[in-house]
Amino acid sequence: MDSNLRREIILENYQNPVNRGLVDDDSYILKNTNNDSCIDNIDIMVKVEDGILKDIRFDGEACAISTSATSVMINRLLGKSVEEAKEVLKNYQNMINEAEYDKELLGELNVYDEVSRQPNRKMCALLPSNAISSILKMLEEK
Amino acid sequence: MNREDFPVLKKDIVYFDNGATTLKPKCVISKMDDYYLNHTSNIHRGEYDFSIITNRLYDEVRGLVKHFINAESEKEIVYTSGTTESMNMIVFGFMMQHLKKGDVVLTDRAEHASSVLPWLVLQKRIGIEVRYVDLEDDYSLSVEKLKKQIDDKVKVISIAHISNVVGDIRDTYSIGKICKSKGIYFVVDAAQAASHIPIDVLKDNISFMGFSGHKMAGPTGVGILYGKYDLLEEMEPLKYGGGMNQEFESSGDFELKEVPIKFEAGTPPIAEVIGLGEAIRYIESIGVVNIHKHEVELKRYLVSKLKNIPNIILYNENSESGILAFNIDGVFAQDTAIFLNHYNIYVRAGNHCTKMLKEEMNIRNTCRISMYLYNNKEDVDRLVDALLKSEDIFKVVI
Repeated sequence: MDSNLRREIILENYQNPVNRGLVDDDSYILKNTNNDSCIDNIDIMVKVEDGILKDIRFDGEACAISTSATSVMINRLLGKSVEEAKEVLKNYQNMINEAEYDKELLGELNVYDEVSRQPNRKMCALLPSNAISSILKMLEEK
Repeated sequence: MNREDFPVLKKDIVYFDNGATTLKPKCVISKMDDYYLNHTSNIHRGEYDFSIITNRLYDEVRGLVKHFINAESEKEIVYTSGTTESMNMIVFGFMMQHLKKGDVVLTDRAEHASSVLPWLVLQKRIGIEVRYVDLEDDYSLSVEKLKKQIDDKVKVISIAHISNVVGDIRDTYSIGKICKSKGIYFVVDAAQAASHIPIDVLKDNISFMGFSGHKMAGPTGVGILYGKYDLLEEMEPLKYGGGMNQEFESSGDFELKEVPIKFEAGTPPIAEVIGLGEAIRYIESIGVVNIHKHEVELKRYLVSKLKNIPNIILYNENSESGILAFNIDGVFAQDTAIFLNHYNIYVRAGNHCTKMLKEEMNIRNTCRISMYLYNNKEDVDRLVDALLKSEDIFKVVI
């Protein structure tokens, strides 16, 4: 991907992320996610209805990579079924961890395909996917 | 000054994370190498030559530390793994037995986790009250505000000598006088102070103090607990094992060795203690007063330069140490640190383990520059040049 386009997408999602701000609504499941290796601190909440991810919101203080990845991830997952979302999350995590993944499934999330070159930023990029994965797991265990 | 003593400075870096750990001079590394290469042995157990050499080098460090902080006796110097262990020993080995429900520990919100969390645990465990002195507008701790919080319930004042984000030097002499007149235990976290300003536990009437070797040109894994001798006698060890017992029998009877050995169970960090001793010799050959003067001059130079850059926010420009917290307006601290790393400038981003400071500062994360003897104006100029290019920050960090 062209590096200017990559930067543009990341920067736009960092400076104007989607769905920033939490809501006081019990139908959402909330997860706070702290990045063990740095200082990102994001709350993510997901609303699943009839097996579909109807809404995802977030708030918190985090770096450009964490914040933008959360925004891009929200765009990618909204409206997907839980099963579809899990596939996206799995492939995204594989991409960041330098394992095999399906590029087609990830859409704009492909802008993070070079993050693995900076080991200290992998955790930042994984922040939203780890949080949403654990929310989906919490839903299953309900 | 003395840059040539630090081999790692041959690399093209600007090291401004001395509050986290300092670089090590060649003499410290060589002294530790010498232990591993030429006289490896355990302490206090061997009758052979290596052991005799090691014993001497290991034991003499207590005397160096005693002199370094002006303690009354070598027996008041306990080797620990660092400030964190020292603070935990003070709280759980002494205070837990000497405080009772309702007693107040006076501290402040700029303290490091190591100086706060043990007290918070004790608060939960035995019902002491942890009380916070409000900071001044520049986030420093003043004796006036501290005095206002003192009542009959206050049994301990627990503060850093120099706070690790604000960098203000606390007036330990005046606070120590108050403690003496009111019979209050005075606990001091000297992690950021040791080797940056002179320390005098006797003059400042300090009851207990902790500091770390690796923040003062020494190795990791070693630190010091200072306690007044009669207090250490009343303190209980948190670790039991070899080296610290006099006698034990199957009947269950046992007798511990005397202070300070009763606190040093197990094989200690021998090379590290010897390395710490060498670090103290090295620091004293330069002079702590000279180091402080150098750091303050350099900070003033840095502040004067940064004030000309409009989008830089400074949080503690006036504190008289080598610590400066800042942000680029609108940029997350971690991104700033990653940006500076691109120019081989090493700073720290985060809350610096002072998670309560956000309640005073209204800002959670900052970049912190912390200086040491080897930093120079060229380092500052490189930082300033990089920050002048910060409009390009996202071209670099993304």
